[in-house]
Amino acid sequence: MWVVLTSEAWPTVQRQFFSWFHFRESFPDVLSGFWLDIQMFLVAEVLILVFALVLAMIRSLRGPAFFPLRAIVVTYIDLIRGIPMLLLILLLGFGVPALQLSGVPTSRIFWGVAALVISYSAYTAEVYRAGIESVHESQRMSARSIGLTQVQALRFVIVPQAIRNVIPALLNGLVSLQKDVALVFVLGVREGLAEADIYNARTFNYTSYIAAAVLFLLISVPIARFTDWYTERDRRRRQAMST
Amino acid sequence: MSVPKLEIESLSKAFESKVVLSDVDLKVDPHDVVCLIGSSGSGKSTLLKCINLLIPIDGGDIRLDGLSITSGEVNPNQVRQEMGIVFQAFNLFPHMKVIDNITLGPRKVHGEDRDVAEERARELLDQFNLSEKADDYPDRLSGGQQQRVAIVRALAHQPQLMLFDEVTSALDPELVAEVLNVIRGLKESGMTMLIATHEMGFARDVSDRVCFLDQGKILEQGPPNELFKNPQQPRTRQFLQRIVEAGRL
Repeated sequence: MWVVLTSEAWPTVQRQFFSWFHFRESFPDVLSGFWLDIQMFLVAEVLILVFALVLAMIRSLRGPAFFPLRAIVVTYIDLIRGIPMLLLILLLGFGVPALQLSGVPTSRIFWGVAALVISYSAYTAEVYRAGIESVHESQRMSARSIGLTQVQALRFVIVPQAIRNVIPALLNGLVSLQKDVALVFVLGVREGLAEADIYNARTFNYTSYIAAAVLFLLISVPIARFTDWYTERDRRRRQAMST
Repeated sequence: MSVPKLEIESLSKAFESKVVLSDVDLKVDPHDVVCLIGSSGSGKSTLLKCINLLIPIDGGDIRLDGLSITSGEVNPNQVRQEMGIVFQAFNLFPHMKVIDNITLGPRKVHGEDRDVAEERARELLDQFNLSEKADDYPDRLSGGQQQRVAIVRALAHQPQLMLFDEVTSALDPELVAEVLNVIRGLKESGMTMLIATHEMGFARDVSDRVCFLDQGKILEQGPPNELFKNPQQPRTRQFLQRIVEAGRL
């Protein structure tokens, strides 16, 4: 800190990055762009949580009858996790609208969010799967023994317990997604980071980036605190239960 | 001569290369109570899980009411509704109230209305002196109560055959009796039962026949009086000797 503040270039940097004037000037536009980030984030998160759970459940089905389904899901997860997310956003955001297919949306926001959902679902499915495998095998046996099918056993017995086990990991994904929505900036979508960039291009001042950073922090820090609070509360409950 | 409730013919099962059951033959007539005894790892649990189709078998045949259930032509979910199984570790669903643990099967498998299923579940709970626990979560119950709820849950779909897998092994000694009494009550009601147990005194009292399992084989079987008093096989004698030495018979 001291090194930074005493450096000879600090006054210049301060003007370029931490100008109160530019902060106030850029803030309204950055905020309105950031509102789009929030919307994309919320829509994507809901879709990810649902889609990833379906993937994880399919992956957890046993027996040769389900092999084709399992193979499709494993291939999907492997491929998607192997592609950089930014690349996926570029491919879908510029590629699909260029196909000019009738009935297929051409909105870059749509395809940006779609890319986020596709990518995050692959990771989130693995989080769910870890949760499903953390539920003891005896629970599955009990569920099957009363006549439930595999899918019913997962749905009513295994998954409710599994989700509880992975809520901290899911919340961690939430924090990560909240920032990654800004990547759709590369598609020319005018979200928060894009607005900050536009301001910078107009004024050659970088304070607008700081304004965007502040907004992202305002969302992610509370989620991080909530995650810790939840984890701690869950740990206490489990301790109380085991005594 | 009636058809046996359960008939097992040269059943074999191995995990990887470890043989757990080899060439097991067993017959259980309707209303009979058969106890499986033997040291841990002798294959008792595996046998019960094979019968419930929770573990696929490697060879042999299992018939229920004369119909093969292991030929792959029957729906395992339907077969399981003919039987109830109770495990050593209770295995209640911890995220559901007692009443929901019991009604889950009837509601989801038989499509019963919640009202109907709950009414019947409450009757059953009443019968086993568990009425006031209906709306509690399992972790509020003692081990004995949890195990009795597990028995009620298995009875909820009106099975023809009950399988018990060392259901008192995880209980405090003072809670064992309440669970065993429930099983005695079931015997009086005419339930066909196959019971794996380490409670020799109980096995002697309750069973029509006792089977001694050793290294995946049924070494010896017979009425409890004969088997406990006059075992034929040296291995059976040795096992019972140790039980007596431990003061468990």
